[in-house]
Amino acid sequence: MTKQEILDLSFLDARHKLIEIAAFLDRVGRAEGGADFRLKAFRAALGELTGTETGLAKKVLLVFSDPTSEPIPAATTKTACGAWPGEKQSSL
Amino acid sequence: MVSRVTDDYRDMAAAGCVAICEPAFWAGFDRSSAQGFHDYFRQISEYEPRRAAKFGLAHFCWLCINPKESENVKLAEEVLAIIPQFVDRPTVLGLGEIGLNKNSRNELKVLEMHIDLAAKHDLLILAHTPHLEDKRKGTQLTISALQNNRRIRPERVIIDHVEEHTIEMVLNAGFWAGMTLYPGTKCTSSRAVDMIETYGAGRLWMNSACDWGDSVPLAIPYAALEMRKRGHSAEQIDGLIYHNPKNFLSQCPKFKLPQS
Repeated sequence: MTKQEILDLSFLDARHKLIEIAAFLDRVGRAEGGADFRLKAFRAALGELTGTETGLAKKVLLVFSDPTSEPIPAATTKTACGAWPGEKQSSL
Repeated sequence: MVSRVTDDYRDMAAAGCVAICEPAFWAGFDRSSAQGFHDYFRQISEYEPRRAAKFGLAHFCWLCINPKESENVKLAEEVLAIIPQFVDRPTVLGLGEIGLNKNSRNELKVLEMHIDLAAKHDLLILAHTPHLEDKRKGTQLTISALQNNRRIRPERVIIDHVEEHTIEMVLNAGFWAGMTLYPGTKCTSSRAVDMIETYGAGRLWMNSACDWGDSVPLAIPYAALEMRKRGHSAEQIDGLIYHNPKNFLSQCPKFKLPQS
C-alpha cells in the first residue's frame, strides 16, 4: 500500500485513538492527588512518537518493559500492570 | 472452550473455522491439587472435543500447569507426573501453554521441567510469554530455557503472544511466533498484519485468546478482513490463517482436520 492508501484506510481510526490519549491525559490532569510510575512511563512512551523513523511501536513497548534480565526471587502477584515499577518495587 | 454455552463454537464454525486448539489454562484461581488438574485435563481432552464436533469443529488441546500456578513447585511436580497419562490421547497435541508469568525463579524451574518432559516424549511445545511489562524479559528467559535443552528442535516450538519488541528475537532463534489477537493487553489485527508485512509470513501465525475479559473468538476472520483491506491476496491470507497453523500442528500426527 502507498502512504496515501494507508492514510485513507487508517487515518480516522488513528486520529480517534490520539484524541482518546489526549482526553485521558486531560482527565488525569483534572484529578486530585499524585500519579505513580505509570504516568511517567506513559509520558516517556509518548516522547518516542515525535520522531519520523520506524520501529515506534517497538520503542513504546520497550519504554514500558522491565529492562532487567535475571529472574525475580518469587512471584508475589499474578498480574502485570502495564509499566515497570522499577527494581525495588518489582522485587517486593 | 471451557464455557457453559456453545455460541462461540457456532459462530466460529459459521465464519469458516475448522479447528480449535485449547491450551491448559489458569482457572482464575489456583487449583488445590493434582487431582483438580486431572479432572481439567479430562474436560479438555474428552468433553470439549465431543461438544465442538457437534459444530463440525475439530478440537485439540495442550496440557501443562499454567505459568500463573507455577510458583508452587511441589504442585507442579505432581501435575507433571500425571501428564504422561494423557499425552497419547487422540486430541492432545503437546505441552502448552508453558512459560513464565512474573519471571520468577520457581516459574523458570517449572518451565524447565515442562521442556524436559516435552523432550522426553517428543511433544510439540506452545509457550506463553508474559503480559505487558514482563513480556520482553520473559521471552528472553523462555528462549534461553528452550535453547538450553539440546533435544528441543525450534521448529517444533511456537512462542506465543509476540509483539513488536519480541517477535524478532523469537524468529531469529528459529522458533515459530504466535500473534495473539486480544483487546487491550495483547495484539490487534492491524498490528499483527503490520508484523506480517515486516517479517513475512514464514513462521508466523495468528490466534485469538478467549480469556477472562472482553474477548473476540472471531478475531482471526476479522484479521483476514484487515488483510483483504490492505490488498493481500486470498492465497496469502489462506497461507497465514490456514496453512501455517496446519503445517506447524501437523508435526503431531494426531492433528487431522475434518474432511470437508
